[in-house]
Amino acid sequence: MSKILEKKELVPNIYELLVAAPRIARKTRPGQFVVVMADEQGERIPLTIADFDRDRGTVTLVLMVVGTSSKKIARISVGESMAAIIGPLGVASEIEKLDTVVMVAGGVGTAPVYPIARGFKEAGVRVISIQGARSKDLLFWTDRLAAVSDRHVITTDDGSAGIKGLVTEPLRELLEKDADKKIGAVYAIGPAIMMKFCCKTTEPFGVKTVASLNTIMIDGTGMCGGCRVDVGGTTRFTCVDGPEFDGHQVDWDMLLARQKIYEKEEACSLERYIETIEA
Amino acid sequence: MTAKKKRPRTPRVPMPEQTPSQRIQNFDEVPLGYTPEQAQAEAERCLQCKKPACLKGCPVNVDIPGFIGLVVEGKFAEAARRIKTTNCLPAVCGRVCPQESQCEAQCVLGKKGEPSAIGRLERFVADYERENNLIELPAKTTPTGKKVAVVGAGPAGLTVAGDLICLGYEVTVFEAFHKPGGVLAYGIPEFRMPKRIVQQEVDYLCKLGVNLELNQVVGKSISVDELFDEEGFDAVFVGVGAGLPYFMGVPGESLGGVYSASEYLTRANLMRAYDFPNYDTPIVRGKTVCVVGGGNVAMDSARTARRLGAENVYIVYRRSRQEMPARGEEIHHAEEEGIIFKLLCSPIEYLGDDRSMVRQARCQEMELGEPDASGRRRPIPKPGAEFTIDTEIVIVAIGSGANPILTRNAKGVDLNRRGYIVANDTGRTTRPGVWAGGDIVTGSATVILAMGAGKTAAADIHQYLTAENGQWLPE
Repeated sequence: MSKILEKKELVPNIYELLVAAPRIARKTRPGQFVVVMADEQGERIPLTIADFDRDRGTVTLVLMVVGTSSKKIARISVGESMAAIIGPLGVASEIEKLDTVVMVAGGVGTAPVYPIARGFKEAGVRVISIQGARSKDLLFWTDRLAAVSDRHVITTDDGSAGIKGLVTEPLRELLEKDADKKIGAVYAIGPAIMMKFCCKTTEPFGVKTVASLNTIMIDGTGMCGGCRVDVGGTTRFTCVDGPEFDGHQVDWDMLLARQKIYEKEEACSLERYIETIEA
Repeated sequence: MTAKKKRPRTPRVPMPEQTPSQRIQNFDEVPLGYTPEQAQAEAERCLQCKKPACLKGCPVNVDIPGFIGLVVEGKFAEAARRIKTTNCLPAVCGRVCPQESQCEAQCVLGKKGEPSAIGRLERFVADYERENNLIELPAKTTPTGKKVAVVGAGPAGLTVAGDLICLGYEVTVFEAFHKPGGVLAYGIPEFRMPKRIVQQEVDYLCKLGVNLELNQVVGKSISVDELFDEEGFDAVFVGVGAGLPYFMGVPGESLGGVYSASEYLTRANLMRAYDFPNYDTPIVRGKTVCVVGGGNVAMDSARTARRLGAENVYIVYRRSRQEMPARGEEIHHAEEEGIIFKLLCSPIEYLGDDRSMVRQARCQEMELGEPDASGRRRPIPKPGAEFTIDTEIVIVAIGSGANPILTRNAKGVDLNRRGYIVANDTGRTTRPGVWAGGDIVTGSATVILAMGAGKTAAADIHQYLTAENGQWLPE
């Protein structure tokens, strides 16, 4: 269990890992996540399952290197194992029989969007995906996402690929043109700030908008409450009640603040880790 | 033993411990344990009663006079083995059992003086056997050919595993965390229950042949149905504990620095945040900490915060000291370590800074009214009486409930209205072949009660699996 079978750097700092995890692969449905630990001293961190192969008994994880934990995991060699992988956790996406769904993927959020988009496509739903990144060289899995989308729109902040601008612009246009209300739901997955603005964009149109939250977690099974989030005035646990919530009900500012609780410690830990690997 | 002789009443042999000023600087165990001489002197005090009252106080039927008699003779490892015939986790029980309200409460010596220090002796012999590499495995029993799955490697589950492996079952324990022990690993702090001792007790079970599958969330990774249908288990014991933390729902509870006790303790204990950055998991540190609640978990949280460098640690409890559910010894240790008790008050709001980190707790003063359903006097807010504490960390230790992650996905296992599993006296649930015990049945209780439930369930599992045409539950 948890042996890394393949690893590639998709774009600078974003890695795709193929991990042997037969029990997890057998149970995974789109939208679920795993908790992983790089090594014995490691933190437990949640990662959305980007793909799964029940026959081979593997799951695919995509991670962006931001701190000690992600750096440690990205440095594990093929053939070696992580200290732990636990899952599948969280509630799976509800693949409804809609006419059309819009999947908005920001940055590394492309990975968790992919299996959900595929789930909708397989259920006969028309899938329009909007994939955004800062620039062309940070885009990945464009072909995979396009393959499960009826329409695939790319945006980049600098205009180096697709439409210049943010994902919210084509999203607004789609909703404005959707006079006969064919779009039954919007999924927004990516950095919290991007999800927040996607939700703000869709709110006036009254379209159901689902966000997949990436909070700090420890156990991932409802025991610590570290992942708590305010949804419609009620405290919910991302690990067991989510990770998907009605984005219009999420208190985004609190979520953003809670993601930064350990900013100082994370910087200190990373600095120290870099020193040890360079030594 | 020799004929009955009159022994002079001597006081209990005290157990050496770290001084409060020493121990708040480290996470090492507070009591240091008896020396062999101290243990023998204490064991001599036991009257070896013909009808020992202490036995009635032990949920796992340890042969108390028997093992104490062996200590008197200096046969320490034999004493440990005597305990292990009914209790596979003596080093744990010797540390965390509330002996003062169980075996020691029944001890005849206690009527006129101090009872025999049964817990300290149990701890001594278990440590002696382990530290001197004298652990012996009991003789193998004939395999029954039957398989039992245990869900949760906490006190209840480990007891079931230990008892059934000795009866010849093939036993697999499924644990959600990356380390076994349940509350012994994530909840009870290092300075009360060293994690290496938990690991060594579990290693002993593994040597007996118990299979341990870590990182398996039953209900997610595998369902109870699959345990029976696909993995071929003949019985399933559910001992998943009561780990869903309660919050109060007051404004500001989601600010940074506000923790559930289970998060705070899990970070500190299981993830070893006290050793950050050697371990990667961080924990917020600060000069002032408010712990809300008056139970053992609150005391553990407060004492952990003190060791993490807090100068002012407050226990904020809404009733008075008399109603505090924590053990006397825990309250005593907390006081020695300078924990400040703010009684008869309750937080009503937390206020944060521009980074949304908690900075103040606004509290409401209380007074006691008539007794409530728990028999304790109900706290009533005093109108207009409020005050504010400046604080950088708040730890909410007001209890925990049933975690639905397994029960939501276990067909046929009925729950009561609070989400706990309905089980009879021997742990049988409403689904044939499924037993449950410990906190997931009773709600938050003690390690030894969970072990007692495990013991009863193990005996019943054995009886059921060996009986011909056993009826599950009477109609």
